[in-house]
Amino acid sequence: MDGLMQELVARYNYWIYVILMMIGFYAMIGKRNLVKKLLGMNIFQTAIILFFVSIGVKNQGSIPILSKKQALEGVADVAQVINPLPHVLMLTAIVVGVSVTGVALAVLQRIYKEYGTLEEDEILEKISKR
Amino acid sequence: MKRLQEHFEVHDPNLNLIIQTSIRILVPFVQLFGLYVIVHGHYSPGGGFQGGVILGASFILMGVGYDLKKSMELFPEAWNIAMANLGTTIFVGTGLVCAAAGGLFLDYGALSNWIGIEPAAWRSLGIFAVEAGVGFTVTSVMLSLFWDLSSRGELDGGL
Amino acid sequence: MNKRSPLKILALCSTLITGALLLYGTKDFPAWGDPNSPASAHLSPHIIENAAKTTNAPNLVTAVLGDYRGYDTMFETVVIFCAGIAVTAILRRPRS
Repeated sequence: MDGLMQELVARYNYWIYVILMMIGFYAMIGKRNLVKKLLGMNIFQTAIILFFVSIGVKNQGSIPILSKKQALEGVADVAQVINPLPHVLMLTAIVVGVSVTGVALAVLQRIYKEYGTLEEDEILEKISKR
Repeated sequence: MKRLQEHFEVHDPNLNLIIQTSIRILVPFVQLFGLYVIVHGHYSPGGGFQGGVILGASFILMGVGYDLKKSMELFPEAWNIAMANLGTTIFVGTGLVCAAAGGLFLDYGALSNWIGIEPAAWRSLGIFAVEAGVGFTVTSVMLSLFWDLSSRGELDGGL
Repeated sequence: MNKRSPLKILALCSTLITGALLLYGTKDFPAWGDPNSPASAHLSPHIIENAAKTTNAPNLVTAVLGDYRGYDTMFETVVIFCAGIAVTAILRRPRS
């Protein structure tokens, strides 16, 4: 048990992502307000983006933009350049997240116009009364 | 001082003179930086998505400082829709041109069958065309999201 | 609505269980900045060595985004475009 704890504490960066993810997850399933749910989804997404980008890090690695010499002669040292693939994937994820947030906000505005509230149980009450 | 007072009598006092003037000075530089980020995406951090968001933010800044009408004078609604379409069409069209030149879809190197410069140079140009298309789409979609969300779809007044 | 509804306690429990499982899972994950981690062992050396030469773009992220994963980026653009259309369709009303 002691060794396990030491291993876990040594990788404390993963704790940050897991705690962020838990905050987002709880906000998504536990809160009753739709805007809070949306915020929770964004926090969840941020946790995953941080996790992916941190996977590409290498010790003593520079950014994935090669210098002129490295690019022309093709002599890039793999250990000196961090992994570009997670960055590409997360660029995609950020953009899709912006789109999802935009559409969700539009739907929330329509719901507010229709029912006058964003609380989930009040909306359900109003639906059942119709 | 008198001119300032007249300005506030004529215009809506909620619109602040200092904010408007500084935004008017700032916007060209923001747009220039956005274009730089799109065009220089091969050699520095940047690319179509980031530059497109910066370009869209410059128009959003006009919409925040003045009102939506001003923002829509600068970038009309019809142009907005046309530009979103144009960007996507540029992207897909680049892929189709590559396919027509005898390669795979979006295989820019195949264009050297038509014009004989080396495939690496064609790939560089192809990436640039694609990034420009992405930049157009992102600019106009960001602006249209702001218009719709800030005015509840009525496109008047705004914040 | 009472503060301590059972659903919220259920949500808290499931969140804690998920977090605990994920934290247990990090036991097998690579350490911070490990150059030989599985994520940077298979495809990424090939890309770092060849992408700049084959695409004339020293920014590897741009090279992968525009060329190697061009199909992905195309549909991503389509996703943004669809999001713009959807927001317009949901919210925009003709002006009287």
